[in-house]
Amino acid sequence: MTDREAQLEQEKIAALTALEEVVSTEALEAWRVAHLGKSSPVMQAFSDLGKLPAEERPLVGRAANAVKQALESAYAVKSEQLRQAELERVLASERIDVTLPGRAVQRGRLHPLNQTLREVCQIFRDMGFQIYRSPEVETDDFNFTYLNIPPYHPARDMWDTFYTDKDGVLLRTHTSPGQIHIMRERAPEHIRAILPGTTMRYEQLTARSEIEFIQVEVLVVGKGITFADMKGTLIDFAARAFGKDARTRLRPSYFPFTEPSAEMDVECFVCGGEGCNVCKGTGWLEILGCGMVHPTVLEYGGYDPQEFSGFAAGMGIDRSTLMRYRVDDIRHFRNNDIRFLEQF
Amino acid sequence: MKAPLSWIKDYIDVDGLNIEQIAHCLTMVGLEVEGIRLVGLPKPEAERHEFKYEGLTWDREKFVVAEVLEVLPHPNADRLVLCRLNDGTQELIILTGAPNLYPYKGKGELAQTLKVAYAREGAMLYDGHQPGQVLTKLKRAVIRGVESFSMICSEKELGISDEHEGVIILDADAPVGTPLVDYMGDAVFDISILPNMVRDASMLGIARELAAVTHRELRLPQGIPLPQGDALSKRVSLEVLNPELNPRFMLGMVENVQAQPSPYWVQRRLNLAGMRPIDALVDATNYTMLETGEPLHAFDYDLLRKRAGGNPPSIITRTAQPGETLTLLDGTVQPLDERMEVVADSAGPLSLAGIMGGMDSGITSQTQHVLLEAASWNFINIRQTLSKLKIPSEAGWRFSRGVHPALAEQALRLCLQRLLAWGGGRLVEGVLDAYPLPPQDPVVTLTEEEIISRLGAPVSLEEAAGILERLGFECTLQEDKLSAKTPPIRLDIGEGLIGKASLVEEIARIYGYERIPSKRLAVELPAPVFDTKLEAEERIREILVSLGLQDTVAYRQTSPQREARILPNQSIDPKHEYVRIKNPITPDRTVMRTSGLATMLELLEYNSKFRPSLALFEIGPVFLPVESQLLPNEALRLTVGLAGLREIPTWQTKTPEQRDFFDLKGVLEALLKGLHIPEVNFRPTERPTFHPGKCAEVLSGERVLGVFGELHPMVQEHYEFEALPVLAAELDADLLVALSRVEFEHQPLSNYPAMVEDIAVIVPEEVSAAALEAAIRQAGGKLLVNVRLFDIFRGEKLGLGKKSMAYQLTYQAFDRTLTDKDAETIRNRIVRALAREFGAVLRSQ
Ligand SMILES: [Zn+2]
Repeated sequence: MTDREAQLEQEKIAALTALEEVVSTEALEAWRVAHLGKSSPVMQAFSDLGKLPAEERPLVGRAANAVKQALESAYAVKSEQLRQAELERVLASERIDVTLPGRAVQRGRLHPLNQTLREVCQIFRDMGFQIYRSPEVETDDFNFTYLNIPPYHPARDMWDTFYTDKDGVLLRTHTSPGQIHIMRERAPEHIRAILPGTTMRYEQLTARSEIEFIQVEVLVVGKGITFADMKGTLIDFAARAFGKDARTRLRPSYFPFTEPSAEMDVECFVCGGEGCNVCKGTGWLEILGCGMVHPTVLEYGGYDPQEFSGFAAGMGIDRSTLMRYRVDDIRHFRNNDIRFLEQF
Repeated sequence: MKAPLSWIKDYIDVDGLNIEQIAHCLTMVGLEVEGIRLVGLPKPEAERHEFKYEGLTWDREKFVVAEVLEVLPHPNADRLVLCRLNDGTQELIILTGAPNLYPYKGKGELAQTLKVAYAREGAMLYDGHQPGQVLTKLKRAVIRGVESFSMICSEKELGISDEHEGVIILDADAPVGTPLVDYMGDAVFDISILPNMVRDASMLGIARELAAVTHRELRLPQGIPLPQGDALSKRVSLEVLNPELNPRFMLGMVENVQAQPSPYWVQRRLNLAGMRPIDALVDATNYTMLETGEPLHAFDYDLLRKRAGGNPPSIITRTAQPGETLTLLDGTVQPLDERMEVVADSAGPLSLAGIMGGMDSGITSQTQHVLLEAASWNFINIRQTLSKLKIPSEAGWRFSRGVHPALAEQALRLCLQRLLAWGGGRLVEGVLDAYPLPPQDPVVTLTEEEIISRLGAPVSLEEAAGILERLGFECTLQEDKLSAKTPPIRLDIGEGLIGKASLVEEIARIYGYERIPSKRLAVELPAPVFDTKLEAEERIREILVSLGLQDTVAYRQTSPQREARILPNQSIDPKHEYVRIKNPITPDRTVMRTSGLATMLELLEYNSKFRPSLALFEIGPVFLPVESQLLPNEALRLTVGLAGLREIPTWQTKTPEQRDFFDLKGVLEALLKGLHIPEVNFRPTERPTFHPGKCAEVLSGERVLGVFGELHPMVQEHYEFEALPVLAAELDADLLVALSRVEFEHQPLSNYPAMVEDIAVIVPEEVSAAALEAAIRQAGGKLLVNVRLFDIFRGEKLGLGKKSMAYQLTYQAFDRTLTDKDAETIRNRIVRALAREFGAVLRSQ
């Protein structure tokens, strides 16, 4: 080994030792200038090659190359280490409190009544029903007489009515006048429709009773429609609305515009039939009234009751929404308190 | 209707059925049991209880029938007595303060012992001294030096009534030592009576339904035979003037009665059925009404005779004469009109027919001779009178639903029997029976096919006949036809087709709705008819919800005062037409609304105290009267309301900006774009509700869709808004729906790059943004694909009355890449056009 080679070897050891002390990019740059720069011992060795005897030149040249490569690769490793460390430092400094609240986005919502109404409409659409709507201010004839409730009939007690200052004009107490409207429009075609809409009754405004509420009427008219068809259709509806295992029952009731008439109960979805406040301890919730369309109503609607039959049902959207979300005050729906609406 | 089980058992044997099962049977035939009150009997065992139970169960060991042998004075208290009592197993001394035992005090051994309800130590009963029903356990105590460990019960303590003045004195035949629950334990069914089933607002009616559905025998009470003879016709005369209004009127008479207390079992039943026992005479009429469903009325014969000047009274039923009044039993003086039916004598009206008796002729505690009325009245007439006079009346409730005239005779016989049995006295021979208009009880025929085609259930004609017979119909089966004659107890069965429907209902009820199969509709779907209006309405909701707005559902009923708040002077225009409500529920809901805006401002006002930022919308009708129409136009309105801050303040955005006119305009633009309304444009307008400089009309072509803007400061003052400013829009939703498109042509996309450049032009202040943009687009031609205003600048440098409008323009072709030269050509065209039209100057960059 020549002296030169020995010097280079010493330089390598010295440089690598110095590199170990380097902890910043600035120090690394200084180190590079000192040990790999133009005036560094290694680079100096290259430029001094010409001054060496010819037989030493290859030996020293090879040695200088080896040292240069060793220093360069050590530099690369160190540079990467420092870059990683720097990145880690920056990332650490950028850490945020991920538990801070997210940026507020104002979401729009459908009113809970409209949500329920939509679901009910969709279920009946799936079952092949069309949608039909009719006016909210009605004549006495459509609201009562054509529905087999002549003046002073005791059944009129079933509806507390808002009258207007025009004789024979009132605020409809149910969606049933729509039955006559659609029948007169469609007769003698058969009908499979639902009639949603707002209805009004003269009641005291309390937590349990409203003066305005949304109803959905169901009407099927055709040839050979039976009570069994009604039962099957409504059980189908209940299965879609309350779950396919929902137990239901029909029990006799009275509506002047249907005969036979029935009330449909569904097993209380709050307590599962055990009895609770919502179902008043009975395990059953009353969800709709229904019945076979009365011959008089068919006749007023323009259908021959000898030939046609049908069934009708009516349900309250407000009441079912109330039960579904255990709302304790029915007035919340039309007060439109934003704190209430935002929950749906 | 409150029906005690013990009473129903008079007419039907219920062995094998527990309370729960009976209630289920009743509910499933249409007599919905809304609750069950236990009055002694235990709650039945059941896998699942379907009814609400309340009340008290009397423990068999702790409550027994006992007899008081002697009543002794208390050594230390005047108001207490000691009873020597036999409870069936032993003699005991019992302390009580019951005033109704004082008369027996110190009288020595009683000749006839007093039967009482006796509760032993540890019995659970209601506390007699606390209001309401508070359950308590009978404990040993020392009262005034005498030890007390058991007691003689009052009705309140046993849960029979609120009565706590004295203890119960049972009927003399009560068996000493018997558990009280076996002697008189009961359960009361609270039954909701449907309007067409008034015949079942009676113990007999309920028993009949139960018998029909459980295939049991019904035991009809007979009463006494109709008295024969002419004694009565010599003591009173009878005339019916209007058979239509009064199809039947019967009179019977018992003389020398005594208004003494009824037997205890009668009092107990009346209490449980919800009527106060009074005396034998009143109780007999009430008991018979509850039993049969026929209301009765009892006159004091001596009072009638006095009115007739000592002569035999002449009873006449007629309509009232103009100006007549009548003082009713409840003390009210009622003015009568000529459509009201009355029972009268020669001196004037005696009672309001079928509704309530008069003060001057009814029975009292002094009555000696009872003249008993059993009649039938026209239900429509009774209903009209009731709704005019608004009198609460049990009899009126029944007669206004239709009571069959045949019930009058049954009820008369039963009531006479009770008067004699409970009030003593002697039957006067004969009855008076004016029956000018017997109803025709419908005969309805049915075939098996008719039943099956309505019910879809395999009900045989024989089974149908059996059901109807159990309900009292007279049935005959001929070949394949069933003919059923309606029993003379009901008026709800129609004739012909309607009668068939009525009968099918009766058959289905008793056959059981549970047994009718479920089928799916087999008929083909009707031809499609779409409610496209609803679909468009739902699309509007969809879009507005997606824009972050809250949907609302509003009341239709409001008042002119509330609607006038949207005007600066709040004055109600007397010419403004409303659908006016004749019987408003409150003074602030007297009309149907004509303005969606008024509704929306109220919603914003209500909510502005809860949130600093509000974005609401509502879709619903307004009601606009039209002179030539009976019914108003129901015009669909969309209202949008924005108020306060653009967003809710958070830790990032501590002071969000306030909303302005352009927030609302942006919502409307997005909505109309989403609905694909053609040729949307805006122009300034003025409305009293809005700020005159911040109000616009939105149009499609030349058709006005609606108006929106920022609230006029004077209008704003009428409301308590905490979130400001308030911006609102009211749009004609019918028009939106009509103009919205679900089918439209899409804009093709170019494959060539777009060029973007900015220009700024200086124009006079009065040039509107809309006019400027229209001119730019016009001059730019089809290669100008987008124009976006990005800055407006005003400053001294520009000069007074000038503004600089900066636009970003996008050029793009479908067939090539545009060059700088293309852009220059278009730009120059635009600049020239703007200079020509508005005197615009290009602002140096
Ligand atoms: Zn429940």
